[in-house]
Amino acid sequence: MEGELNGSLNMIGYGLATLGPGLAIGLIFAAYINSVARQPEARGVLQSIAILGFALAEALAIIGIGLAFVLN
Amino acid sequence: MSTALLAESTAFKAPGPSDFEPPPFFTLAGVEVNKPIVIVLLSAVIVAAFFYAASRRIAAGQGMVPGKLQYAGESAYGFVRNSIALETIGKDGLRFVPVLATLFFFIAVNNMFGIIPPFQLPGTSKIAIPLGLALIVWVIYNWLGIQRMGFVGYFKAMMFPPGIPWPVYIILAPIELLSNVIVRPVTLCLRLTLNMFAGHLVLVLFVLGGEYLLLEYGGVVGVLAGSVSILASIVVTFFELFIQLLQAYVFTLLAALYIGGALVDEH
Repeated sequence: MEGELNGSLNMIGYGLATLGPGLAIGLIFAAYINSVARQPEARGVLQSIAILGFALAEALAIIGIGLAFVLN
Repeated sequence: MSTALLAESTAFKAPGPSDFEPPPFFTLAGVEVNKPIVIVLLSAVIVAAFFYAASRRIAAGQGMVPGKLQYAGESAYGFVRNSIALETIGKDGLRFVPVLATLFFFIAVNNMFGIIPPFQLPGTSKIAIPLGLALIVWVIYNWLGIQRMGFVGYFKAMMFPPGIPWPVYIILAPIELLSNVIVRPVTLCLRLTLNMFAGHLVLVLFVLGGEYLLLEYGGVVGVLAGSVSILASIVVTFFELFIQLLQAYVFTLLAALYIGGALVDEH
């Protein structure tokens, strides 16, 4: 019983796979914040672009968790 | 924590995909009616009833001075109209506002069932519902493209955009075809499903983990960590609400972008 670990190694792989999308989302919002700081009146246009980029990068992380559960 | 106490307590069972398969309530004509089905039907009824009630006085020709309900309905509809349809498609997008608004509110209500107490399972966490919605969007934007340019012209404009040196087409044409026909609907569907799936798992993990630590594990460590976990589950619930609304917005935004892309010459 002692020191026993249960679970799937897939989840560690998924944890590693989130690094890429995590970095990507960070970069997208860093660029968005920079742009709004430089030109606050462009916020409305930039917001939908930023969320679009966020959704596209996030899709990779999301496919990752799907595969982590599907591949056994 | 002594090993004896650990051995006595039952092992913690982590939440997994099986949590999304609740037992059916009853079987109706060979169809097992379970929680997700009830949630999806209920959210369709809620959205339809809300907008019917909100627009009833307009249809009767006396909506010039909006009441509270009509104001709420108009603001909700106006959000989709102004910040999704007009912003991404332009003036041409006005005729797609009904389908976009329906998508947005159906998905938003379905998602929000994930944190509404007696249900607490997002209807969209079952892949069938986002898949159906993504297929509707897929049919709409492909239909519009084919209608505008003809079957051959549509695929030609998609795969061979002008102004590119011809060797690039060897790589570009299959990628564009794959992206438009397969990747778009699949990612649209998977993004919504798995966001709701993963969000629900995190929420369930915090609640069940907290309960296990408090009641089964016990001791100072268990009570402290369990309390933190239960409190964190409240924070996660509000974070989930944000994600649920964001994902409904993202789905509708992408649908609007795909429709807008089929209406104008892209590239």
